[in-house]
Amino acid sequence: MNSITARRRHPLARYAVILLALCLVGGAYALLSPTGDRADAAIASGTNDDVANGKALFEANCSSCHGLNGQGVPGNGPSLIGVGAASVDFQVSSGRMPAANSTGPQAPRKALPEWVTPKAIDDLAAYVQSLGGGPTRPTADMVDPAKGDPAKGGELFRANCIQCHNWVGAGGALTEGKHAPNLNKSTPTQIYEAMITGPQAMPVFNDTTITPEQKRDMIAYIVKVREQVDPGGSGLGRIGPVTEGLVGWVVGIGLLSLASIWITAKRRAKTK
Amino acid sequence: MSERENTGTPEERVPHRVIGTPQPGAPAGVATAGEPDTPATLDGGVRELEPGTGVIYPDPASARRAERLVALLFLVAFLAGVGFIVSYVAFQVGDIDRTAVSNLALGGTMTVAFLALAIGLVVWVRRIMPKYNLVQERHPMASEPEVREEVSRIFAQGAQESGFLKHKLLRRTLLLAAAPLGLAPLVLLKDLGPLPEDKLRHTVWRKGMRLVVEGTGQPIRAADFNSPGGILSVVPEGYEHDLNALAKATLILIKLRPEQFKSGTNLNWTHDGIVAYSKICTHVGCPAALYEQTTNHILCPCHQSTFDAADGAKVVFGPAARPLPQLPITVDSEGYLVAQSDFQVPVGPSFWERGDAEAEVRGNA
Repeated sequence: MNSITARRRHPLARYAVILLALCLVGGAYALLSPTGDRADAAIASGTNDDVANGKALFEANCSSCHGLNGQGVPGNGPSLIGVGAASVDFQVSSGRMPAANSTGPQAPRKALPEWVTPKAIDDLAAYVQSLGGGPTRPTADMVDPAKGDPAKGGELFRANCIQCHNWVGAGGALTEGKHAPNLNKSTPTQIYEAMITGPQAMPVFNDTTITPEQKRDMIAYIVKVREQVDPGGSGLGRIGPVTEGLVGWVVGIGLLSLASIWITAKRRAKTK
Repeated sequence: MSERENTGTPEERVPHRVIGTPQPGAPAGVATAGEPDTPATLDGGVRELEPGTGVIYPDPASARRAERLVALLFLVAFLAGVGFIVSYVAFQVGDIDRTAVSNLALGGTMTVAFLALAIGLVVWVRRIMPKYNLVQERHPMASEPEVREEVSRIFAQGAQESGFLKHKLLRRTLLLAAAPLGLAPLVLLKDLGPLPEDKLRHTVWRKGMRLVVEGTGQPIRAADFNSPGGILSVVPEGYEHDLNALAKATLILIKLRPEQFKSGTNLNWTHDGIVAYSKICTHVGCPAALYEQTTNHILCPCHQSTFDAADGAKVVFGPAARPLPQLPITVDSEGYLVAQSDFQVPVGPSFWERGDAEAEVRGNA
């Protein structure tokens, strides 16, 4: 016991604790987070078993807001008829749904509840797809960033997305407390699904005006820009002039003031 | 450590002299650091400073430490300077990533070099050089009274002899001659640029011009843009990369359910729930395109002006004074979206001679 107490006060102990915590969080995240590329259009319609299983999950976890048959509950949750498997996968795999206990203007990305496994999402998606069709989930090939052209995607991204999501996908503010989320945590599949389904306040970018290939280009751009390093150190949130100006004023001018105080201060003669 | 310190008040020990003049009783020079207790010698061994002049020498041990520190800093500056040259050669530019590395290396080494040099110099001044107070005296800057008297006398004599006051004709023609030359610079202001004429009132949109997707240049079939809650950034066909034209002509195209429209929207200018608004905010001209499909609000990111897309882009919040102008659109024989005409009112922010263009349009209708 004594030896533990002694080690606890070791100068390196805090780093060890932080490292341990990081490993735990990272490991848990890796276990829980969806893999993203398991999607397959063939599964989207689902077998009867999946649909039945999905219905059971739906009734247990979703029906209080969306109605027992997904028809919606006025003032509580919208109808899910025709929203499609893509919408279900996006909302559930990013933790936005179930939104039951979330307050405020926005359903934010959050940790997944325990019952949300890739299989559960597949079943739920199959069930909602069976209600009235809608956009299906993209295949792994459709969202593979390696196959897209980031330069072309960047042009489309700058024309259609940066007004809300910022030119490097850092997100930004909307009206009445809503905000466009940061895209750094989104998987390519989730980005694709968000474009075709238009979750929450986001508008829809359907496949007939922005083709699937163009969507893949945009995903390639988002992933590419996310991987780019900030050679000067901190990217300051990569939101541009606001944080950069603030840091410039506070840190830069602060240091200059301190330096000028140091240069001009009278050196007090030592009295001894 | 016996610092050479004066017990008197600061005023008493201040050597009264003007900057740049020799110190009374001591020729100016650089005092060697150290040996404050033995008589300090000046460069050239002229003579020691008198005690009581208020000159304080640093403690010799501390001065020696400072000397080593300064030398170290200068060495760091030297190495960083060499590092700058080396990094210029070593880190070649070419693509974004390599340019970033090169910038970091060049900027980093230069920062270290100048910073080390500057800190070294300040430490040198603060911890090695002797200290004393200086008073710089300021005197009135006017000339002596005799000089001023003489000048005004000469001026009066000249005025008298020229007869400027007496010869009315000469005086008036001289002023007349000077007047156009004084006004000439005002005329040159015209060269600042041509007048805008009516360019601010028109964009490149005209009847039958196709709407194309910004970034890809594809024309848009109305039947393809069929998901309610959709938005597209749209430019005129043939002007996809003409930034001067796009500065006024860029649109946002929004698809709503036909029943969502309110009275503010001109339904004759929409097609099957598709409505086109100018992307240029009517406040100060930022691109206003943050569209929320749940509320149909279009938000301008610069100053939070908010427009209702279902109600003719009416201002619902923020500093904008007018709705975003709506472009009349329809479809051509192949089903592609085209403009019916140019905007009926000027797009973008107010300008001096804009007038109430909306009222004029209503008057014509």
